[in-house]
Amino acid sequence: PAFGLFIFTIARDPLRIIILIAGAFFWLVSLLLSSLIWFIAVKASNPQDERLQKGLLIFGVMFSVLLQEAFRFLYYKLLRKAIEGLVALSEDGCSPISIQQMAYVAGVGFGLMSGAFSMINLLADALGPGTVGIHGDSQLYFLTSAFMTMVLIFLHTFWGILFFHGCEHRRWWEIAAVVIMHLTVSGLSFCNPLYVGSLVPSYLLMAAAAAWAYLLSGGSAQNLRRFVLCKC
Amino acid sequence: MIMFMNNSDSEEEPCNERTSLMSAESPPVPSYQDGLQASEAGEAQAHRKRRAGSSRGPNNIAGGEMSGSGVPVRESALENEEEELTLKYGAKHVIMLFVPVTLCMIVVVATIKSVRFYTEKNGQLIYTPFSEDTPSVGQRLLNSVLNTIVMISVIIVMTVFLVLLYKYRCYKFIHGWLILSSLMLLFLFTYIYLGEVLKTYNVAMDYPTLFIVIWNFGAVGMICIHWKGPLQLQQAYLIMISALMALVFIKYLPEWSAWVILGAISIYDLMAVLCPKGPLRMLVETAQERNEPIFPALIYSSAMMWTVGMAKPDVAARGPSQQTWDAAEDGREHLRSPSHAESQMSETRSPVPTRPVTSLEELEEEERGVKLGLGDFIFYSVLVGKAAATASGDWNTTLACFVAILIGLCLTLLLLAVFKKALPALPISITFGLIFYFSTDNLVRPFMDTLASHQLYI
Repeated sequence: PAFGLFIFTIARDPLRIIILIAGAFFWLVSLLLSSLIWFIAVKASNPQDERLQKGLLIFGVMFSVLLQEAFRFLYYKLLRKAIEGLVALSEDGCSPISIQQMAYVAGVGFGLMSGAFSMINLLADALGPGTVGIHGDSQLYFLTSAFMTMVLIFLHTFWGILFFHGCEHRRWWEIAAVVIMHLTVSGLSFCNPLYVGSLVPSYLLMAAAAAWAYLLSGGSAQNLRRFVLCKC
Repeated sequence: MIMFMNNSDSEEEPCNERTSLMSAESPPVPSYQDGLQASEAGEAQAHRKRRAGSSRGPNNIAGGEMSGSGVPVRESALENEEEELTLKYGAKHVIMLFVPVTLCMIVVVATIKSVRFYTEKNGQLIYTPFSEDTPSVGQRLLNSVLNTIVMISVIIVMTVFLVLLYKYRCYKFIHGWLILSSLMLLFLFTYIYLGEVLKTYNVAMDYPTLFIVIWNFGAVGMICIHWKGPLQLQQAYLIMISALMALVFIKYLPEWSAWVILGAISIYDLMAVLCPKGPLRMLVETAQERNEPIFPALIYSSAMMWTVGMAKPDVAARGPSQQTWDAAEDGREHLRSPSHAESQMSETRSPVPTRPVTSLEELEEEERGVKLGLGDFIFYSVLVGKAAATASGDWNTTLACFVAILIGLCLTLLLLAVFKKALPALPISITFGLIFYFSTDNLVRPFMDTLASHQLYI
């Protein structure tokens, strides 16, 4: 679905593609830094201690989430500057792309990159021979991974919109809400393989974020009804 | 398209490709706006060619030199308008370059992942005489550095040779060289590639069919590249040639040497294009003085220009650069071929569409394109291909390098729009790519693996 989003909404406009790739790049850099921290921590600690390793992993995850949000903020700053440049350059004095569109595209960029990194090795292995869950792990590993990835991609998209909106209007609570949501979702994934614990709340959160983002972008229940009923 | 034409000079015997983005001046075109002389000069200024010359190491493939050229933007007389148009079309042109680079990389990665031939080590080219099979780390490092020095010096020699040829107007020689290069590239390498692919998928094909297929492919390729042809077909051929070259490089360059060479080539590219006495820069300036386009071959151009009432139509000549490398000839049999005097390195040039001379009214409407040297394509693909081949983190590393290269390309094009000169296309992208490759492979991979085994998500 995320790829479909990409094709239908982004692939037409070259500027959006650039913003997308840049968004993916920023996510990548944040991942790099967070894995650097984790790596150092692991190397500096005792590899035999299971609990410590797990604790370090949790710490790594949280830190990574925080870094991702920080980079989203940086990206927002960069896009603000870029918009001013675009406005100055355009012929009719208004930017060819609005900040909301940029927010959307940035969110998709983040999401795609995070999804790709989560899934792609899995997919490559899935092509090969083997049985899922042969050692007593869950048999639904691939399926749940797929769903989790999808929900994460969508969430990134919505968080992008919410985050940028919060930055635009200086509503810090929105930004805080995004960060907390992100932390929650990552934390929920610790419940794996108890999938009920992680997938269901994530989807609920996603629905909530979707509704919120939709409202922020100017939609309303009326629009929705008109869209569904195919009126113009 | 914004045209920055880059020319890569590399075409010395071994494939030297230099990639650099250069903006070159195009022949002055009459300004349509107000017939002011000033605008004319402005127009001429506007045509800048970016030359990207990429030098290819003679090692594996004489790959043609690829030059990445950005298309200089033709702006109207006013500087401001020029800038606006430049940046306005900027995004479009970036995408026009993204797509072929992406395609080339996809082809290379797909081949690397599926065809085992390209990851087996079957010897080295004569251009990297030092082996890397030594037990000690220091020795290996030393060998790779020496390999790099050999390769870079060959590239430099080739480039200087090409510049001299160009300066003394030995056009026939250059064209002949390019034609021979492209011939070799199109026929021989395709044959090897096709053979390997068929082997991998266990598809039987008889010789007559093979002959017909390769003959058609090669003949159409020659026509498309050197003469005229539909733009898309030309672009497709150039991409295929670059991919083939990159594959050969990946196969025949030893590990550490490959990375050191990539780094060294970016530095060389930077210097060759920006230093006043750099060979690539001299080539561009000579071409500008003579008011002719720099070798259309070895350049990938993303847009077609129409010649309108120009007295001097530029015909994009494309010369595929072929680097003949003896060692590569029978890659498997002759590992070190002593003679490479005969090797002809032609640079693969992407045909540059003739520059639209610019009809006055069409000036603004004309399709501008960005030109990127083929050497750039090749080295980007080498980076990504090596990442795919040797990284243990598999796809994550490849993906990271891919994004890094695209961002580097973006930044380079941005700089091009700002500076309006020929710029080297390699350094930024390759630097990003290298950084991301090494860091992803060593840092991110354990992190992601651990996360995935616990099914945690960040």
